Amino acid sequence: MTNNKPAVDNRRLGLRGWVYAGKYTFERYLYLGHRLSGLGLIAYMVLHILETANRMRGEQAWAELMAVFASPPFKVIEYLLFAAAVFHAMNGIRLMLVELGFFLGKPQEPVYPYKSSVLKHRPLTYLVMILAGLLMALGGSSLFFP
Amino acid sequence: MLVAKTITFRIRRFDPETDSAPHWDSYAVNVFEGMTVLEALHQIKAEQEPSLAWRSSCRMGVCGSCGMFVNQFPQLACQTQVLHLEADIVSVEPLPNYPNVKDLVPDLQPLVEKHAEVKPYIIHPDLKEMREPSGEFLQTPAEREAFSQFTYCIKCGVCLAACPTAATDPAFLGPQALTQAYRYSADNRDSGVHSRRDSVGAFHGAYQCHMAGACSHACPKGVDPALAIQLLKRALVLDNFGFGKKESQSAKVAPLADVVKELEEFAPPPRTAE
Repeated sequence: MTNNKPAVDNRRLGLRGWVYAGKYTFERYLYLGHRLSGLGLIAYMVLHILETANRMRGEQAWAELMAVFASPPFKVIEYLLFAAAVFHAMNGIRLMLVELGFFLGKPQEPVYPYKSSVLKHRPLTYLVMILAGLLMALGGSSLFFP
Repeated sequence: MLVAKTITFRIRRFDPETDSAPHWDSYAVNVFEGMTVLEALHQIKAEQEPSLAWRSSCRMGVCGSCGMFVNQFPQLACQTQVLHLEADIVSVEPLPNYPNVKDLVPDLQPLVEKHAEVKPYIIHPDLKEMREPSGEFLQTPAEREAFSQFTYCIKCGVCLAACPTAATDPAFLGPQALTQAYRYSADNRDSGVHSRRDSVGAFHGAYQCHMAGACSHACPKGVDPALAIQLLKRALVLDNFGFGKKESQSAKVAPLADVVKELEEFAPPPRTAE
């Protein structure tokens, strides 16, 4: 110690605890995916406003920009955006249902091995993820194989 | 006892009196079948490092003192068998999301403060009856079941260490406090949802939870905080729209004389000498 003030060990995990889902359940990974897709959609919204503002620079500038967006790399980005929106929407439906107490089961005496509400609403989780997968596949086929 | 394996324990050490930053020390321990992480720590303290500090008491998952971050997962050291971790190296750290006192001792003061903030007690509309009860509050087994699961919380702090929202938001009330808010709000003797709204319905309250389920997965007592928080949100929404529990729905009092009479009716007949 260089002075008399004791050192402080703050153990708040911060962003690492937010991102690292480790040995937790599938729903913990969905929590991460929901937040990341939400941040991505917010970022897109800002970029979208900037992009459409290009129309003010004239018709030719707009046409040039649209030509860039029609290129294959942007198609992939466009698909990722669509996939993020689908995932966020479908997972959002699950969250709205469970956050109002549906599909979670009733409180019961904890008897080992415990079955928590996370496991009890797992069928709903799988259902919305399957629906999200189907929508992503449909969107992908119409985007890449019109 | 038969030694099954030699395991290396990597322990996060920190002494605020002598260290400027935490560091890691390693200890080899001969582990036997059924040995818990807590027993391994006792062995290290007895044979290798007498200054190692942690907090524990009952050694049987009741007191909630020995919550630790074992191999990146918060759990009770007394309930975690070393060989069940299936790892040759076991890392042991103090519970995250709390300030650290020393070595493996977290400061649970934030947990206690948040617990107190949600008014964890019965709020009955009849204050006189609360202070000077004239009899017993009536409660059916079904009414008891509505909150019974949440009374098993041992305040070990594991849920708050597992919560990803608490990792970034220090002001978030967290699973433990919110579960206790629901435990009392769901009690038929209580009509306090409305008065708890200032804390649990605020920005850092129940709505910050986004159902990661980590708290329920980590809870060593099967309390299921995630369930309690979602049910609390529903109770808050209903209360907000005026459909919540009314004061008139709070438990009625059974006069003491009636209770005694019922007991006498159900009591077995007195024994007679043969």
